[in-house]
Amino acid sequence: MASLRYESQVRPALVEGQKGYHEVTEDIVRPIEATPSRAWWIGFLISVGLLIFGIISVTHEVIFGVGQWNLNRTIGWGWDITNFVWWVGIGHAGTLISAILLLFRQGWRTGVNRAAEAMTIFAVMCAGQFPIWHMGRVWMAFFVMPYPNTRGPLWVNFNSPLLWDVFAISTYFTVSLLFWYSGLLPDLATVRDRAKLKWRKLFYGLTSFGWTGSAKHWQRHEALSLVLAGLSTPLVLSVHTIVSFDFATSVIPGWHTTIFPPYFVAGAIFSGFAMVQTLLLVTRKVLSLEEYITLEHIEVMNKVIVLTGSIVGVAYLTELFIAWYGQNPFENWAFMQNRVNIFSPYGWSYYLMMGCNVLSPQIFWFRKMRRNITVTFFMSVIVNIGMWFERFVIIVTSIYRDYLPSSWSTYYRPTIWEIGFYMGTFGLFFTCYFLFSKFFPVIAIAEIKHILKKSGAIYKEKMDGIEKVSVEEFASEHAHVHEHAPHAAH
Amino acid sequence: MAVKKFVVGYFEDEPELFAGVKKIRSAGYKIHDVYTPMPIHGLDKAMGLRDTSLHTAGFIYGITGTTTALSGIGWIFNADWPINFGGKSHFDLPAWIPITFELTVLFSAVGMVMTFCYLCNLAPFVRKHHFNLRSTDDQFTVVLELTAKSNEGEVQAFLASIGAKGINTQVAESGWWLGRYDKDKTPIGTSLA
Repeated sequence: MASLRYESQVRPALVEGQKGYHEVTEDIVRPIEATPSRAWWIGFLISVGLLIFGIISVTHEVIFGVGQWNLNRTIGWGWDITNFVWWVGIGHAGTLISAILLLFRQGWRTGVNRAAEAMTIFAVMCAGQFPIWHMGRVWMAFFVMPYPNTRGPLWVNFNSPLLWDVFAISTYFTVSLLFWYSGLLPDLATVRDRAKLKWRKLFYGLTSFGWTGSAKHWQRHEALSLVLAGLSTPLVLSVHTIVSFDFATSVIPGWHTTIFPPYFVAGAIFSGFAMVQTLLLVTRKVLSLEEYITLEHIEVMNKVIVLTGSIVGVAYLTELFIAWYGQNPFENWAFMQNRVNIFSPYGWSYYLMMGCNVLSPQIFWFRKMRRNITVTFFMSVIVNIGMWFERFVIIVTSIYRDYLPSSWSTYYRPTIWEIGFYMGTFGLFFTCYFLFSKFFPVIAIAEIKHILKKSGAIYKEKMDGIEKVSVEEFASEHAHVHEHAPHAAH
Repeated sequence: MAVKKFVVGYFEDEPELFAGVKKIRSAGYKIHDVYTPMPIHGLDKAMGLRDTSLHTAGFIYGITGTTTALSGIGWIFNADWPINFGGKSHFDLPAWIPITFELTVLFSAVGMVMTFCYLCNLAPFVRKHHFNLRSTDDQFTVVLELTAKSNEGEVQAFLASIGAKGINTQVAESGWWLGRYDKDKTPIGTSLA
């Protein structure tokens, strides 16, 4: 019943303007076929610069050892594991948008899923750097893989959360990549079939794998997407759960908490959506895609941000309450002295975290604020600063004063190489994103076409008449159509 | 694959396509394939295609992953090298859940994508005949195969009568071959008769 596809007028249009299928293709492929702008070049070169800074920092660390970072006896996990958890968290929005929202049949995901998935993949790539280079003797990194070896065989410890993490992150990366790329195939074929230049024909011919758009292939593609979405949904939730196990299964006061898994997952979605906002607000402006990534999309994501931010807030208060109520003196100390006490060495970071993650997103209870682009952009950055400090608070304030006061750490400050490494992952992330936005369709073309006749502004307007007619009138008006030309589809 | 003759036409939107496919089938013509810019729900049923079994394949790959994880870890920790972790059980099933789950998902996803690519003949350097380049853009292309019994002019006239546009006849290789999209060459072994 394709011609009668109807969506309530209560739902705002997801594609604005007078668009047909061809206009959708034109709009989304235009940035790929155009010469990159000056802004693109500037952004790209800054990213590459940061990446080079990162490579130098990591090289320095590999040559001279992990001692080049300011880690010490008590603070064994400093900036690097903070950054690792931060990037993994950011890498949660993409697959959440494309998988969970696909299962929930949320039409608005089509405008943002492609870029969000790309962001996920790049964020996980950045995250993976930290544990790998933290190994110090990085040429031994393959020891984390279980394989029959001549060292015993010495197997990895399958009961260890750190190994679960290896499996979780690598599975998550692989599955996200497959999901993203299988969705890209039809769109790359669209670019290929329009290509005039020789290199473009070659490049998109290779990357689109010979996609034709055959009905049988689409049928399999739909089945694949649905099952991958079904698999990715528990996968997304498992990844940050397992990352939280890195902490929660230990006996360190401040980490040894059963609330960690849901609290980490909510935080991951929170920071992931914030990063999606940061990127898409710029992308839609620079690539003139405001009609596809509409204020509606931005508002919906802001709702997710205020929800997950509040969940995170409840989790912060719960663990604080339990630290007091549980009457474990060590747990109590970790919270009351190392965090809540603003005069303690890292007390400031606890309040920064609370302010950025719990208080500031509450602004999104107001519709005006949710639909304000400047406020959204500002908030998306604030949220990610807050989420970085959440991980910093969890890691550093829990370990810098351990059971033995004589080994209490001196004030931990990162060295230039730690900062350089972190900056380098920004370089990696944005270099990848800039290349992606230049060479790949940043919006899922086929998926937009799929919802176009239901959620496109021009088609919704046409449905206006139907809204005014009663059900009986509508039925009697259309009944004869069915008698004479029954549709095969149902 | 054999080189065959096809009559090609396109429709401009889904409702016309559905009506067209229905008429083509009731008239008894053989639909070679339909090419669309996006997935169209119900088109497979309208064309009489059978359901895909990709889900089943995914399930089989999934349980293969589960079995691999459980038997692998079980063998390593109980038979090959039983390490004593603070006196805990060697058969520590709850601690294996995360890795078992991850491997289930990994096997299922990788296996399904590879099966999908295999079934649809998707890979770099795979080249196919494209009947209508706009069918990845905005045209819903219907391709009818000409058999010994069918008459080219008649099929063309029929397509025109059901509202198809841009009707033409193409001689093409119906399968795939290795090639590059920047080189517009006819596949090896094709005789354009």
